[in-house]
Amino acid sequence: MSRELLTATATALRDAIARRDASATEVVRAHLDRIRATDGRVHAFLRVLDEAALAHAADIDRRIAAGEPVGPLAGVPLALKDNLCTRGVETTCASRILETYRPLYDATVVERLSAADAVVVGKTNLDEFAMGSSTENSGFALTRNPWDLGRVPGGSSGGSAAAVAGLAAPLGIGTDTGGSIRQPAALCGLVGAKPTYGLVSRYGLVAFASSLDQIGPIARSVADAALLLEVIAGHDPMDSTSIPVKAPDLCSGIDQGVEGLRVGVIREFASGEGLAAGVHARVADAVACLSKLGAEIIEVSLPHVGYSVSAYYLIAPSECSSNLSRYDGVRYGIRRPGPTAEEMMARTRGEGFGPEVKRRIMIGTYALSAGYYDAYYAQAQRVRTLIIRDFEAAYAQCDVLVSPTSPTTAFPLGEKVADPLAMYLSDVYTIPSNLAGAPAMSVPVGLDDAGLPVGLQIMAPVLHEAMMFRVARAVEAEVAFDPTPRGPHALDVP
Amino acid sequence: MALSIEEVRHVARLARLALSDEEIEALRSQLSEILAYAEKVGEVAASDVPPTSHAYPLRNVFRTDEPRPSLTADEAVSTAPASQDSCFRVPRIMGDAPSPATVISQEPDGGGRQEPDGGGRQEGPDGGGGT
Repeated sequence: MSRELLTATATALRDAIARRDASATEVVRAHLDRIRATDGRVHAFLRVLDEAALAHAADIDRRIAAGEPVGPLAGVPLALKDNLCTRGVETTCASRILETYRPLYDATVVERLSAADAVVVGKTNLDEFAMGSSTENSGFALTRNPWDLGRVPGGSSGGSAAAVAGLAAPLGIGTDTGGSIRQPAALCGLVGAKPTYGLVSRYGLVAFASSLDQIGPIARSVADAALLLEVIAGHDPMDSTSIPVKAPDLCSGIDQGVEGLRVGVIREFASGEGLAAGVHARVADAVACLSKLGAEIIEVSLPHVGYSVSAYYLIAPSECSSNLSRYDGVRYGIRRPGPTAEEMMARTRGEGFGPEVKRRIMIGTYALSAGYYDAYYAQAQRVRTLIIRDFEAAYAQCDVLVSPTSPTTAFPLGEKVADPLAMYLSDVYTIPSNLAGAPAMSVPVGLDDAGLPVGLQIMAPVLHEAMMFRVARAVEAEVAFDPTPRGPHALDVP
Repeated sequence: MALSIEEVRHVARLARLALSDEEIEALRSQLSEILAYAEKVGEVAASDVPPTSHAYPLRNVFRTDEPRPSLTADEAVSTAPASQDSCFRVPRIMGDAPSPATVISQEPDGGGRQEPDGGGRQEGPDGGGGT
């Protein structure tokens, strides 16, 4: 019974609870037991919220028994990334500087999850302030990949991905600034989606790079990811960059298939520089499978896409250096004493931030400083315009684009820590969609020769999430990937 | 793009980051490498291309200006490391100023910005000023 509860999809759990085949309490307790049994090895969570989760589950059970209404995710356990504000509950961004921070309000996404009766079982580890691609930049814990405990889960949403892959929760919330949902989803054999910029409110998301950050779902099935995105999407007056549209209907047309759709493959990615052979092979299989299902495969060109990583590593650090100036030891977080305000601030920040955050603040401060602004930041913004135009031209010829999600499968812990630039290049396929503000997702398409999961990235035009999920669902149905971790170094599964 | 130690110290000062000599040296080589890569954007002829700050074009988002519940002043300062009388408490900003020990790095910073000189009175253990 326990295994069934742990491996079930969110939709199946929700239906079982609504039918009273299982209670929300039973479901939540099974997942809390799983966390207790495994998280000492996986370290997906920074904080487990046992009491609050069981109280919420008991309330859902009471309402179901009384015939009162419950939300569309009633009783489904969820792992929440620790850069989303939770009222009265520590929200650290995995940074020492926010070790003591307990927000005075809930993020809009947290409010919507609560209204949908999703049960938050804990807050998950991340690269400090979501800056990284392996979760090794956390100030608190080293998260491991359930498929191979000696390897990284990807990042920055590595805690949420490891929680979902390790059967600690069927749903996870991540955030994606340059690939931080899609890359860990790919490395952990999961579905992860970054929506259109502005589709999900950022109110209460601790800011990293405000023009790129988006919140999105991580799940073990395409339908679960679609359901979770429907719950959190839609206009919010508290976020002035929120697009004034209703949450899209993603689920009803999800099984329509791909016959007659035009699927673009990107010429500039064809050289496969830095692309692992196993990833290339599985992605080629997936493209062949789309063709077999009736999609037309078209080669398209994005002439400026090769400048994406360069532009990103000027724009994102510039925005981060501005956003993180608020951590000054005055309003929240820790303080280190100093005789003047400036000295207090510099010491607080010097001790409170980890190496990667300092590095990005330094890059951004440099790129924005007098004499360099136009050559770096403004030029990167102009290149961003050209990349957006490239996508627009490509979508005149095709409905969606596909590529690998990550150039490699999960890499060993420690392998890239000493080489920041190599780590940055993990995001080569994911960054362009953040720059374009367009939706993109990763869906698992098989294992490489070492038995590690490979993800296919599906990209779509702005606000075309329904089309993207439809293609993902068709791939999922054809590939029939089993998301349960297995292999000689995998986390044990009941 | 090779940065000098002085340039790194100057940027650290602008960013209000107290860094050790080891950190400064590591950042000098890492920033040089990363910026050399990022400089590739300069290869693109784009002088006639408008910059994009946000991908989705929203302009002038307004809401009605009406009263609604908000945090009290005491709640607003409740997450601060030091507060007093519903205010944030900080070390002295003007007037008496730092001793040489407060210079961030061991050398004068590369920016040539002058430290105000003066008393350098050490405040309480929490670094708070005020009373």
